[in-house]
Amino acid sequence: MSAPSSPHPPLSAPLHLAVALNGAGWHPAAWREPEARPGELLTAAYWSDTVQEAERGLLDFVTIEDALGLQSSKFTGPDDRTDQERGRLDAVLIAARVAPLTRHIGLVPTVVATHTEPFHISKAIATLDYVSTGRAGLRIQVSARQHEAAHFGRRTFPPFGVEDLDTPAVRDLTAELFEEAADYVEAVRRLWDSWEDGAEIRDVATGRFIDREKLHYIDFEGRHFSVKGPSITPRPPQGQPVVSALAHQSVPFQLVARSTDIRYITPHDTGRARTIIEEIRAERAAAGRAAEPLHIFGDLVVLLDDDPGAAAARLDRLDGLAGHPYTSDAKVFAGTPSQLADLLLEFQRAGLTGFRLRPAVIGHDLPAITRELVPELQRRGAFRTAYEADTLRGLLGLARPANRYAAV
Amino acid sequence: MSISNGAGTSTGKPLKQIHLAAHFPGVNNTTVWSDPAAGSHVEFSSFAHFARTAERAKFDFLFLAEGLRLREQGGQIYDLDVVGRPDTFTVLSALAAVTEHLGLTGTINSTFNEPYEVARQFASLDHLSGGRAAWNVVTSWDAFTGENFRRGGFLPQEERYSRAKEFLATANELFDSWHGDEIVADQGAGTFLRDARAGSFSHKGQHFDIEGQFNVPRSPQGRPVIFQAGDSDEGREFAAEGADAIFSRYSTLKEGQAFYTDVKGRLARHGRTRDQLLILPAATFVLGDSDAEAQELAREVRRQQVSGATAIKHLEFVWNRDLSSYDPEGPLPDIDPDLGEHTIARGRAQVRMYRDPLAIAREWRELAAAKNWSIRDLVIETGNRQAFVGSPATVASTINDFVQADAADGFILVPHITPGGLDVFADTVVPLLQERGVFRTEYEGTTLRDHLGLAHPDDGAAEPVAS
Repeated sequence: MSAPSSPHPPLSAPLHLAVALNGAGWHPAAWREPEARPGELLTAAYWSDTVQEAERGLLDFVTIEDALGLQSSKFTGPDDRTDQERGRLDAVLIAARVAPLTRHIGLVPTVVATHTEPFHISKAIATLDYVSTGRAGLRIQVSARQHEAAHFGRRTFPPFGVEDLDTPAVRDLTAELFEEAADYVEAVRRLWDSWEDGAEIRDVATGRFIDREKLHYIDFEGRHFSVKGPSITPRPPQGQPVVSALAHQSVPFQLVARSTDIRYITPHDTGRARTIIEEIRAERAAAGRAAEPLHIFGDLVVLLDDDPGAAAARLDRLDGLAGHPYTSDAKVFAGTPSQLADLLLEFQRAGLTGFRLRPAVIGHDLPAITRELVPELQRRGAFRTAYEADTLRGLLGLARPANRYAAV
Repeated sequence: MSISNGAGTSTGKPLKQIHLAAHFPGVNNTTVWSDPAAGSHVEFSSFAHFARTAERAKFDFLFLAEGLRLREQGGQIYDLDVVGRPDTFTVLSALAAVTEHLGLTGTINSTFNEPYEVARQFASLDHLSGGRAAWNVVTSWDAFTGENFRRGGFLPQEERYSRAKEFLATANELFDSWHGDEIVADQGAGTFLRDARAGSFSHKGQHFDIEGQFNVPRSPQGRPVIFQAGDSDEGREFAAEGADAIFSRYSTLKEGQAFYTDVKGRLARHGRTRDQLLILPAATFVLGDSDAEAQELAREVRRQQVSGATAIKHLEFVWNRDLSSYDPEGPLPDIDPDLGEHTIARGRAQVRMYRDPLAIAREWRELAAAKNWSIRDLVIETGNRQAFVGSPATVASTINDFVQADAADGFILVPHITPGGLDVFADTVVPLLQERGVFRTEYEGTTLRDHLGLAHPDDGAAEPVAS
């Protein structure tokens, strides 16, 4: 075999790309940019235009941020700021609203496990899978915030700030919430399987609409809740919609790693990426799931311009408007699409299978991703040139799983 | 009372405009799933077809019911009717993408939810549909359904309306926590929000003790349109106090008028006017080219709805016993109903309809013997007949008569075929109502409140009308 002549030889596996949608963008001053539509952030038109743009770029999926409280610059609770975007819509409903207007792109809303019902969320995501004909997923999240718990009034959490995250009390609370989230995902997954495929038989001769032998009680019993089942919604088209989670610490790594299809991580360099990936693989193996496919996506905040100086200058300008430099759990990248392509491929060689890009300004950086980054990756043979599957699992190379309750 | 079918009523009152809605048929034996034309109850294409038909016919809204636990009988999942349905909020939000005007009404339980979450879901749906959301507030308390939820089934039956009332009041406080003028989004000045405390709320009550900031700004309708279902005294009072519409049971003209008079009569005590609460019974229909053909078709549909197996199961509701050994084509059981705790059927409201099983069993045995009816004949003959049966002209007249005679303000129609069962109504009956000038030919507004003639909550209450 002759040596490849291209400076960028095709990689063994193309990378996967997702975009994280969050209001006008991830930078707190995003709404002030000329391309932002700050008066339309609560409209269907804004969301359908945005997701259609992502689909134009052949992206695997979009995630949609959500929370059970108002946005705030403070970790501990509401702030007094009036210069930042406030207010948001339910992410599952946004995903459902855009589903009939798109055909290929995966729709992955954020779901907060801490205060919601696994039974409701299971059927909501199953239904999102029906209305999108197989493109649904969810991103599971927990909330330890005292003020969000007060919106529900069912439990109380101690007040704490970012600086307290490593104290034993907060670590215990976090561990408990992630343990509950793991239970939550387990209950949701069992409910998705609680109807076997083909349970609806419409047998006119016997008058039976379903074969009830193919419906199953899930009998989930956990520390925080129990769920009897079966679901009221038949098994969704994908069988199991895609479950994803973002985690920064090893406790969430352990607990959620066992039940997710995609993990979002926030390495700032390839060395750190390798360390985290090894840790996740080890936990996966310890859980006896080493053979199952697992995607590990790197999260990056991106500002893209044709000239590297322009992107950096834009970040400075946005920081000036916000009144402070932007900081993030994820690496913040400001540069050209070509530079970003270099970085993504470097991270891919470290073991990441894909990326969830957080556009600093959706109106600017999302089109830069779909119209400049994607063609650049395609030129390098690292990204699809057409949608190759009709379901999100299909795009991610995940087989439709067997039903845990089906007789072998 | 005589009713004219012409341009006015005999009393000289102006003609009332009829409201029409479409109930996507769900898990009950109204649905004839065995018909070759019957489609999916879960696939989105069925919902989209149904919604588009309703919108083509200029209906006010589409209606979805709720069931949070699969029904059981004799300890097993009930398998003779349609089983399975999608999540209400998710389907309604997707339907907002394939319709422009149609209202989107979801039945959502106040027992197995929390106000903050439900309020943000309805406010989100109202934003995403441009002001077309409605909430049919229902209550339940049973431990059977509660087994699917965190809170379980601890709610005592007598507390269900008190919880529902407080749930709705709390949700209204959340909807009202934003006034609609807070978002300035002035890019130049750098002011997004007029007031950092927008959305602040605090509710301290028997069932809910919550405070903080609501995170969905004011939606186009201010609040979703509120429906109440159920005809108990408590339910009527709940509706008179705070609902915009009642989803009621279909009945005779006379019973309908009595219900209408009673409920509308309660409004004044709550400082409300008669036009602030619409009465919309659910109604089935069968159409034919002639009245005789429709009657024949209706009989056939009832036979399809009640198979032999369904007839036995229906009898079990009354007998509270396993009757599977009986022949549906044979005579009624000669043993008496079991009067102990009702254990045979779970997860359906129907079992509470038979208050005196012994008397019903006696009455049915006598009726069957006199008419030489089998079990199946009896269940078919004593079961609910379709509300409207006839030619399109007959059905249009009957519907109009009910509304002009104040037995209803309109109807929520329940076809027996999914999803195409509404098409014939849209194509044949609606044009006749339009010709009479009692049903819109175009949508005049954009929101569901516009279609229903309900004021926006911010417009203030209408002037009380002297009776």
